[in-house]
Amino acid sequence: MAETKGQMKAGLGLGLLKGLGVTLKTMLKPAMTVQYPHVKPDLPPRTRGVIALKEANCTVCYKCARECPDWCIYIDAHKESHEPAGGGRARSAKILDRFAIDYSLCMYCGICVEVCPFDALFWSPEFEYAEYGLSDLLHEKERLEEWTYKVLPPPALEVGAEPAEEAS
Amino acid sequence: MILALAHTGQSVVNDWFSNVWLVVIIKAVAVLGFFLVAPLMVGYLEHKVLAHMQSRVGPMEAGGFHGWAQLMADGVKFIQKEDIIPAAADRSVFSLAPAVSMIPYIVVMVVIPFSPTVFALNLDVGIFFVMAMGSVSVIGVLMAGWASANKFSLIGALRAAAQLIAYELPLVLAAAAVVMQAGTLSLIGITEGQQGLWNIVRPWQLIGFFIFLIASLAELTRPPFDMPVADSEIIFGAYTEYTGLKFAFFLLAEYGGIVALSAIMAVLYLGGYKALPFLPLPAPIWMAGKIGALSFVVIWLRATYPRLREDQLQRFSWLVLIPLSLLQIMVVAVIKVATK
Repeated sequence: MAETKGQMKAGLGLGLLKGLGVTLKTMLKPAMTVQYPHVKPDLPPRTRGVIALKEANCTVCYKCARECPDWCIYIDAHKESHEPAGGGRARSAKILDRFAIDYSLCMYCGICVEVCPFDALFWSPEFEYAEYGLSDLLHEKERLEEWTYKVLPPPALEVGAEPAEEAS
Repeated sequence: MILALAHTGQSVVNDWFSNVWLVVIIKAVAVLGFFLVAPLMVGYLEHKVLAHMQSRVGPMEAGGFHGWAQLMADGVKFIQKEDIIPAAADRSVFSLAPAVSMIPYIVVMVVIPFSPTVFALNLDVGIFFVMAMGSVSVIGVLMAGWASANKFSLIGALRAAAQLIAYELPLVLAAAAVVMQAGTLSLIGITEGQQGLWNIVRPWQLIGFFIFLIASLAELTRPPFDMPVADSEIIFGAYTEYTGLKFAFFLLAEYGGIVALSAIMAVLYLGGYKALPFLPLPAPIWMAGKIGALSFVVIWLRATYPRLREDQLQRFSWLVLIPLSLLQIMVVAVIKVATK
């Protein structure tokens, strides 16, 4: 106790003045605030704003829906078979009818993006999709598709790397 | 000579009108107008200065230009709020408390001089009157704390009372040193006594200025001495149960108090309405500028220092400020007698 008191007394005055200097200097510097609705924020291009869906890449494997911790992904699909041109047994394919993400439940963990085996889900830098009601935050695949337009192409492969097997 | 000057000083309003009641009404309206405008300006200053000291910008939308109408918008909001009185509260005392807290500061503004002729009242006991009125305000806080039937409110009110007792003493002693120097209690007399040499330039009064500044921060329960409202400990002290307009009155009392005590500080130490020779602006502008500058210092200190602990506050007053102010008053007395 006595020691701390001594230290306080030794530093008194100078430290107090230093504190005043810090606040005064901060006041004279321009503020860091970005006046958001008037000025768009300068975000990094790969900002994780919202999860977007590129429907053409989706194979309806349901991995994202099953891995989602709070079950916010809705997928409906049906099976269609078609005869191959050269004959043989009919091949079946799953057709995506509905893909929706409920952003009132989504916690932006990104697990769906991680598990997607065919790069159908992306992090998009879009962030202005607020609504007036919670129920309006359930966004269908058409809206999710729009958000992919803002996604940057994947970074270039390193020099000497194996070429990518397929381009999305 | 100074005394004689103070006595002959007449308010301009008295020169313009001969009817006594008209003069009284005009003065009352002017004082009330000043009380309603100046605290809002200080409040806006606080919003902005505090924000910029934290690298923010503060209110920017209300009124268009840099949120100048923010405080008015806040006032409108307070009026719309529901007036809640706790079931266990002492209703009449609870409702009266905001007024008791606010009115003393309106009354203090009656005696603040803005020039040798622009003032409402030149009391011979000016500074005594100010000190007496300034301490009435805490009774409103005590009433609020007691009537709220809330333990946090009561703790806050008792802290406020203890703080007032501890800091009223250095405040009055520092003012007494100025009064001894000037030889008059009248605020205009004290101002005129600083012609050519402001009190703050005199080293022994400079100490008094710092004592007065610290004690007025504590008296106003402004940070770093805001233990009576310490929100992290006792929610909001005596004001915890207040809503709407009554709460707004307490806020108005706080900012009115900043204006009042800044004005008194300007009169006691910064030469009141006296101008510096290189900037001969009209006296009221100088006075307003000094009030603004001292209000800025009060806000600056809030932005810089964290809240003290309750026991540190009491210790600082009784063991540092009061002995120092007693010593200072002795030094002033010796100098006064020696230079006579």
